[in-house]
Amino acid sequence: MPWRVEFEYSRFSQQELDAWQPILTPSWAISIFTVIGLIFIPVGLASLFASESVVEVPFRYDDECLPPDYKDDALEYIQNDNINKTCTRNLTIKNKMKAPIYVYYQLGNFYQNHRRYVKSRDDKQLRNKASENDVGSCSPEDYTSTELGHKPIVPCGIIAWSLFNDTYRISSNNKDLVINKKNIAWKSDQLAKFGSDVYPKNFQIGGLIGGARLNESIPLSEQEDLIVWMRTAALPTFRKLYGKIETDIEVNEEVMLVIENNYNTYEFGGRKSLVLSTTTWVGGRNHFLGMAYILIGGVSLLLAVGFLLLYVMQPRPLGDPSYLSWNRNPGSLR
Amino acid sequence: MEHIPPSEIPHSRHRRVRPKSSVQFDDKVIFHDDNGNLIYVNDPIKTNEKYEFAGNEIRTSRYTLLNFLPKNLFIQFHRVAYLYFLAIAALNQLPPLAVFGRTVSLFPLLFVLCVTAFKDAYEDWRRHRSDSHENNRQSLVLQSAQFRPKRWKNIQAGDVVKILADEMIPADIVLLGTSDQSGVAYIQTMNLDGESNLKTRYAKQETTSLVLPDACAVSGVITCEPPNRNIYEFTANMELNGHKFPLNQSNIVLRGCVLKNTEWIIGVVVYAGQQTKAMLNSAASPSKRSKLESYMNRETFWLSVFLFIMCAVVALGMGLWLVRHKDQLDTLPYYRKTYVTNGPDNGKHYRYYGIPMETFFSFLSSIIVFQIMIPISLYITMELVRLGQSYFMIGDRDMYDANSGTRFQCRSLNINEDLGQIRYVFSDKTGTLTENKMQFKRASVHGKNYGSSLLIAGNNTAAADSGKQIWKLKSEIPVDSELVALLQKDSNRDERITAHEFFLTLAACNTVIPIICSSTFPSCGKGESNKNIECIDYQGESPDEQALVSAASAYGYTLFERTSGNIVIDVNGEKLRLDVLGLHEFDSVRKRMSVVIRFPDNVVKVLVKGADTSMFSILAHGEESNNGIWQETQSHLNEYSLQGLRTLVIASRDLSDSELEEWQSMYEDASTSLTDRSAKLRQIAALIECKLKLLGATAIEDRLQEGVPEAIESLRQAGIKVWVLTGDKQETAISIGLSCKLLSVDMQQIVINGTSEVECSNLLADAKAKYGVRSSSRGHQNPKCETDSKHGGPDIHNGTKSLSMPKWNPGKEEGTTAQLALIIDGTSLVYILEKELQSELFDLATSCRVVLCCRVAPLQKAGIVDLIKSRTDDLTLAIGDGANDVSMIQMADVGVGICGQEGRQAVMASDFAMGQFQFLKKLLLVHGHWNYQRIGYLVLYNFYRNAVFVLMLFWYISCTAFSTTSALTDWSSVLYSVIYTSIPTVIVGVLDKDLSHRTLLQYPKLYGAGHRHEAYNMQLFWITMLDTLWQSLVLFYIPVFTYKDSTLDIWSMGSLWTISVVILVNVHLAMDINQWALVNHVAVWGSIVITYGCVVILDSIPVFPNYGTIYHLARSPTYWMTILFIIILALLPRFFCKAVCQIFYPSDIQIAREAETKSKQHDDLRSKLPISN
Repeated sequence: MPWRVEFEYSRFSQQELDAWQPILTPSWAISIFTVIGLIFIPVGLASLFASESVVEVPFRYDDECLPPDYKDDALEYIQNDNINKTCTRNLTIKNKMKAPIYVYYQLGNFYQNHRRYVKSRDDKQLRNKASENDVGSCSPEDYTSTELGHKPIVPCGIIAWSLFNDTYRISSNNKDLVINKKNIAWKSDQLAKFGSDVYPKNFQIGGLIGGARLNESIPLSEQEDLIVWMRTAALPTFRKLYGKIETDIEVNEEVMLVIENNYNTYEFGGRKSLVLSTTTWVGGRNHFLGMAYILIGGVSLLLAVGFLLLYVMQPRPLGDPSYLSWNRNPGSLR
Repeated sequence: MEHIPPSEIPHSRHRRVRPKSSVQFDDKVIFHDDNGNLIYVNDPIKTNEKYEFAGNEIRTSRYTLLNFLPKNLFIQFHRVAYLYFLAIAALNQLPPLAVFGRTVSLFPLLFVLCVTAFKDAYEDWRRHRSDSHENNRQSLVLQSAQFRPKRWKNIQAGDVVKILADEMIPADIVLLGTSDQSGVAYIQTMNLDGESNLKTRYAKQETTSLVLPDACAVSGVITCEPPNRNIYEFTANMELNGHKFPLNQSNIVLRGCVLKNTEWIIGVVVYAGQQTKAMLNSAASPSKRSKLESYMNRETFWLSVFLFIMCAVVALGMGLWLVRHKDQLDTLPYYRKTYVTNGPDNGKHYRYYGIPMETFFSFLSSIIVFQIMIPISLYITMELVRLGQSYFMIGDRDMYDANSGTRFQCRSLNINEDLGQIRYVFSDKTGTLTENKMQFKRASVHGKNYGSSLLIAGNNTAAADSGKQIWKLKSEIPVDSELVALLQKDSNRDERITAHEFFLTLAACNTVIPIICSSTFPSCGKGESNKNIECIDYQGESPDEQALVSAASAYGYTLFERTSGNIVIDVNGEKLRLDVLGLHEFDSVRKRMSVVIRFPDNVVKVLVKGADTSMFSILAHGEESNNGIWQETQSHLNEYSLQGLRTLVIASRDLSDSELEEWQSMYEDASTSLTDRSAKLRQIAALIECKLKLLGATAIEDRLQEGVPEAIESLRQAGIKVWVLTGDKQETAISIGLSCKLLSVDMQQIVINGTSEVECSNLLADAKAKYGVRSSSRGHQNPKCETDSKHGGPDIHNGTKSLSMPKWNPGKEEGTTAQLALIIDGTSLVYILEKELQSELFDLATSCRVVLCCRVAPLQKAGIVDLIKSRTDDLTLAIGDGANDVSMIQMADVGVGICGQEGRQAVMASDFAMGQFQFLKKLLLVHGHWNYQRIGYLVLYNFYRNAVFVLMLFWYISCTAFSTTSALTDWSSVLYSVIYTSIPTVIVGVLDKDLSHRTLLQYPKLYGAGHRHEAYNMQLFWITMLDTLWQSLVLFYIPVFTYKDSTLDIWSMGSLWTISVVILVNVHLAMDINQWALVNHVAVWGSIVITYGCVVILDSIPVFPNYGTIYHLARSPTYWMTILFIIILALLPRFFCKAVCQIFYPSDIQIAREAETKSKQHDDLRSKLPISN
């Protein structure tokens, strides 16, 4: 292809722009490793320290709350509405927990990230009353059955349908520790994603009941449990915020948990836990990041020292042409 | 040295060269009257009513406004890459597979289509412009008995057109008549075959008489062959007034030629528009693909294997998972196989097609998710990058030829990077190494040597007196004042007479046509009127002859008129009209040429010039004094040829009346003879070409182009072998070889001059035995060198052939071949190239440092290129300027055309074109090196960039029950390779440079990096893939561990991954950038900013499920710490290896870079670096 462009001979067109030519000299390498080490170790320590200060009390109850009679028939237990699902346990808190104490439920082996699941929702319907009939991506939970008039379900889709419906009460010394369920969802979701004029309709009324029912007089934007649930989790084991306790729990205080064990995870062997946890700037109790930072910081420092030693023992003058391959190998010289 | 026969002089190529493409047509040109085209002269309507002749409108453009869209799409989808895109997009439209949203999935395809369509549209617009310029030119066409201007596009077959001097021919035209009574016309065919000299065409005697300047009374019928692309043949009949006669090649003038030296011609259009031979020949040269790209395709194959494996793993995982959970599928809250409400779909499966189908669909949908594993966008990126690289090559000031005002041209955009790996350069000699401007340099007249001190004569000194005609030559020729003085001496001494005859011979014994330019020349003398000054230009088939005639003119013997019977020479102001009684043209047997001239005083002389070998045997023997002159002349000739000059011997003889009569009668017989005419003429020539009197000898210089020896030396240091392939004589070739430092005196010259297969075979075998060249598989190793090259590993060829082991050792090769030079001629090549001796030649030739091939035909040039190309993986480059280099240029991996004296044929066939040979040095050593390094890195980086992303998705899929969920939003997945990471790639591919051009030119050996495949090889590919694997694992696992058992939602995770991977690949790139200019900073950091921008925008649209994610995430310190940790940990191994390599095992390039930076800091240090070798 013939190609003609009018040129002015500039430093750009001659490829002679002033530029910085970085060269990975030993001093650069050593200083970079040192800097990494010096930054990573303190950050790691701080993070580890913060994570260490978090008090976390997990309590797995899916097997714990299964009455011994139903040990081999968990499905019968969970599917039979006539069996009382209330389960009461006492826990001793070993460390002082400062308010706010977050109450989470943790599900295991629940693939909220399954492609069929993630897609089964309709964001237009959730936001906007006018799009109530918009259930396009929601099947198989899009319309009620024909007997019930084949009406669109609000909120549609299997995410909403499978809404978690265990409930917790926590008390200490016969005094309820109030679990505040307000402000557990993201403000942005409440304001813009879930409409304040969209009310649940035809939800959970026929066929198989997947989980919790919704109060039809409360708009979706106030249904915080739903909003939390609809932020589907990234990994098959996940926590969701249930509520917040705004009083401290003292050392060795005994708390009583009253759990309504309604949600069917026995079907697929999913684990259920209740988790009480405080939080700091790093989030929950997870030492991984802190340890990793310290480890890599240490490795970097070691490498820096290693390079320094090697370089002292085997220095090579920079840009010495005698190291060029054709100079190094005298046989090649004519 | 001898005269070169006109038909074999490299500049007159028309008989030897045919465009390769036309060869296949040759056999088919069998002319039958019944299937020919009928052309009714001056009756275009009748001509065109029966046949669907094309109008004269030409179209090189591909599209019109209307058909652009469908046609462009159709053409675009011929590319595999686009079909891949299309297939993926189509797959995604199937309901069970819809991984991405419908619009999103079409985005990459649309983007690519739009970019390409835009580029195509722009190119086509330019073609439209040039077409309409052509089509709207005007010519005089006979319309209602008068010649009136008509636009070219309206001219039809059958039209009678009149062309004036210097006009371009609008269509293929059969001559009817010309301004010359005899019907001769001169045309220049530069645009067609690249020859700058004039060619003669004739109108048939039958028609010339019927043609007047303003009218044409011819009204016959021409039956001609159907249109074809063979520009050297034409067969037709013309029927005029019931009389039928044949037309041939010499009667047709082709479109694109220019009428010269002829006042006007009148002719009838036989082929118009697209049917003209020029248009039929304008087919594009075959497109080439770069070596690196073919390696890249091999690696792409590996990537598709990875892709297949990954998809298979996902599908298998899905299958196993379904089998394990097949009883729960109905009730699993996150799967829900069936519609359970009692609706119309009651009990039906919801998007569930059974385990085998689900597995299969899962395979397909994972192809969609992992599609960018095959870096299709790389092809588009590469195109852009090459475009940018071309911009810099074109704009390079050092490759601008100020003399001709030509810039470097990139005619092919596919093989920029091949320039960095060239191992063999095949060069034409004349016009490529030399300037192809013949100049009369030395003369030996009457045994005396002239020309050692030459002066530019201010003007024709002999014509100082006013009143005399002053001839101004186009170019000034320096003259020897002593010789001028001798000519002006009014003496009758032998010396003076000999000199006089010497120059008369130069002026008369040739076939050159003088052309008097009509333009007035600016006065060159003070106050002198310029009416007597005319400029004169000589046109002829042989530049040597032109040089001789020009030289004669400079010494006062100006040939200024040539008609069929006589010539007029201005001898120092006196007009001398000479009758040409006969002319024996040059042929390769006699190797001389003679004319028989009758002088005004009725003396008849035969004037001869020829090669020394053929001349000395026919000189008159006898007189003592002659012997002295002979010896002097001989020694002068030796001296000249040692200097690389082309020599001719000049002699003459008086003819007696009886001799003349005898000759004349036989000459007439022979020249009208119908059989064996040339042999008969040759015999007759012998009658008069004998007992000649030696006048002297001439020496013509074909000057080397500027900078050629330096360029060749640099190329050689760079490990590039330069072979010279020339049509010239062996002696000339060797002398040029010496003067351009290709050969040195201390080299062992192996000369292969065989005349039979056996002889050639023996010569080759002897040479191989003598110089210890090993056979075939062991490559070119010299036993003597093997002892000191233990470290060498496999021999050179294995080394270069297998990419994975770049163990090429430059030292070894140079050591063995330092002293060998192979000189081989065309005749031997005939036997060698066509027989089994090829491999013998290959062994020998590759072990020589220099190879000179002389007297080679164009196709042999291609054959030699092919010899190397087919036997090694080394890249070849052919450089030439003439039409005879076309086949070689097209055969070589890279073809370079020199825009020189010989028109544009070579340039049209070439991939790159430039003004001078010496630019090759910068082109290869600097631009080639850069292009190679850039493209090599670009490819590896693109592989990495896409693979790391895909692998990251792959690991995640294992956490989603193999359901091909992507945590990233659809738009981020699609924009990743299109917007988030594409700009820095292109910028780096175009702009990054590892070393400055000064360093690269100073150390030509740095070019070896390309030979060793340092920038791109299998090993690097696998290392890159390992690195990619590590980085993808880090990308995946760090967030997974950090956010284990947390409330993190899928979109936050996706957002984190999006940002991490974009920052990671950009920082990875930043680590490898050699040169940071402002634009690099903008591109690299800008990309990260743009990514954040896009993520913020995507997270601000409430209808997306990921609404608000980034605002939440960015508030958490853990998020930032995770990103930082990912970047550092992912790049740590790479950085470590880089540091180790750089510090302890530096490559040549790295050392040179250090030296460069250091010398920038302390300029004085540069002087301390010894220049290699």
